[in-house]
Amino acid sequence: MTELWEALVTAVKLIIAFDPEVMQIAGRSLAISATSSVIAALICLPLGAVIHFNRFPGKRTLINIIQTLFSLPTVAVGLFVFVLFSSAGPLGGFGIMFSPAVMVVGQVVLITPLMLGLIISALSATDKAITDTAVSLGASGFQMSVITFREARFGVLAGLIMGFGRAISEVGLSLMVGGNIRGFTRTITTAISLETSKGDLELALALGMILIFVALVINIGLNRIQQR
Amino acid sequence: MSMALIETVNITQKYGKQDIIKNISLKVDQGEVLALIGPTGAGKTTLLRLLDLLETPASGRIYFDGMEVTAGKHLRLQARRRMSFVLQKPVVFNMSVSDNIACGLKWRKEKEATVSQRVNSALELVGMTGYANRNARTLSGGETQLVAIARALAIAPEVLFLDEPTANLDPVSTARIEEVLAHIIGEQKTTVVMATHDMSQGQRLAGRIGVIINGELLQTGSPNDIFSTPQNTRVAELVGIGNILGGVIASRDNELVGIDVGGSIIQAISEHGIGAEVHALIRPEDVTLALHKDASSARNTFEGSITRIFPVGALVRVELACGFPLLTVVTRRSARDLNLAVGNRVYATFKATAVHVLKRWN
Ligand SMILES: Nc1ncnc2c1ncn2[C@@H]1O[C@H](COP(=O)(O)OP(=O)(O)O)[C@@H](O)[C@H]1O
Ligand SMILES: [Mg+2]
Repeated sequence: MTELWEALVTAVKLIIAFDPEVMQIAGRSLAISATSSVIAALICLPLGAVIHFNRFPGKRTLINIIQTLFSLPTVAVGLFVFVLFSSAGPLGGFGIMFSPAVMVVGQVVLITPLMLGLIISALSATDKAITDTAVSLGASGFQMSVITFREARFGVLAGLIMGFGRAISEVGLSLMVGGNIRGFTRTITTAISLETSKGDLELALALGMILIFVALVINIGLNRIQQR
Repeated sequence: MSMALIETVNITQKYGKQDIIKNISLKVDQGEVLALIGPTGAGKTTLLRLLDLLETPASGRIYFDGMEVTAGKHLRLQARRRMSFVLQKPVVFNMSVSDNIACGLKWRKEKEATVSQRVNSALELVGMTGYANRNARTLSGGETQLVAIARALAIAPEVLFLDEPTANLDPVSTARIEEVLAHIIGEQKTTVVMATHDMSQGQRLAGRIGVIINGELLQTGSPNDIFSTPQNTRVAELVGIGNILGGVIASRDNELVGIDVGGSIIQAISEHGIGAEVHALIRPEDVTLALHKDASSARNTFEGSITRIFPVGALVRVELACGFPLLTVVTRRSARDLNLAVGNRVYATFKATAVHVLKRWN
């Protein structure tokens, strides 16, 4: 018990002292997940609009599939990306295996269904009368999409934040394709799982607290948005 | 011959397998004010959506200013930018009142100076100048309606479509909106097509009325035509002609005919021949009640007993059995003076000219 208490105290000290290793890992984690989220957002915003604003056969089914992929297992994505990018794989030529780049690729695959689905839901939740009003006031197809996004902005933003939340908290994928290389692909979650198994509780606890803090900030942000 | 501003040729609309609009051909002239009246679910909103090019008809053609705009995305956008539509339940965008009103202008890429000048004059027109910076979502129902009207007018449309502009509003807001509309109609000469289930609103604002029932445009004409000479029993019912009696023309003396209604003879003016099956339409307010038979110029007097009495607002509706059922309305005062009560016998009188005769088509 005292051991655990001491570890906790040391962890807090590590954070307060801005311990270089802790900060480096947290920074890398945030950078990788933020990059994945931005790329996923750049894919999902236009793609969500195309899916939402067009009528085509199989639309309902497509949306169902997207929603099913919300809970895509991280290790499944890890395996898939591993097979693609390993030196023998079809995309092995890129030579990005065990680098932040491949982690970003994996995270983009992982969070795209979630972001896309939530963006489509947010757009669908806007009153049909909003789009009718825009069209009747002379909006072109593009202008109508812009105003609909504007009306759905809180829901869309919530979707983007949920995507980031999933990216920063996953561990299976980062471990499989990143490899937990110190100072390079080591992230908060991979470090926690590794350090805990090694018995280095101080570092794991410090990183765990940072992760919980990030989650807290995200949740406060989401609550603020949803209260609008 | 001048071209109509809007013309539809045999347009239909279906939702699923259901026919919502059935072969409507309609012309609207430049500067005209047309009111579409009809019961809820008749297809008024759907027709307005088709005219505003928000929906494409299942069949038929639509012309705007001489151009066919039934299909063709670009052409429809160009035409739509010359119209505007105030929805039945108007919504405002989550932004300030003046930004809401500016939307249509910005989408047309108007210069900033033009935008702010037009926004201000639209706000002034509806008397909402003080609300420019309010978030539009915080407005009351009546205020939202006024902003929606200002937003539709800011683009200076050639045609304004209004869908039930005063439904669900309190009398004060209704009066204010009608005042604004009357001003637009009188001063700006905008072509207006409005749907309403309030007959009297159509009568007050419109020069022409179209009656839509069950997806069909049954009759168009001046308010006077529609209210005094409906061409159809369904229109007659809609415009409040409480007595629609089936009968056969039994006698004729010049233009005066005697219609046999279940054994009673009703005198009326008609050109139909003896033996023609007709409906006699009589407005309840054209029937007067008295306790004694008097020698008036009216041709029709029937004695009957009162079967039902019930108040409607300031008036009292009285149902009689006088060989046929007859509905009348009297003021509360005369109901008291005549001492009306169920079972009492009274004389009902109406002029031959008060009877509108319609040929019966089974
Ligand atoms: N999107 C829709 N899908 C299916 N049926 C509809 C739709 N919109 C309207 N209807 C039906 O079409 C008919 C006409 O509706 P509407 O044009 O709104 O009538 P009105 O405006 O005269 O009340 C109604 O029976 C209504 O239920
Ligand atoms: Mg309607």
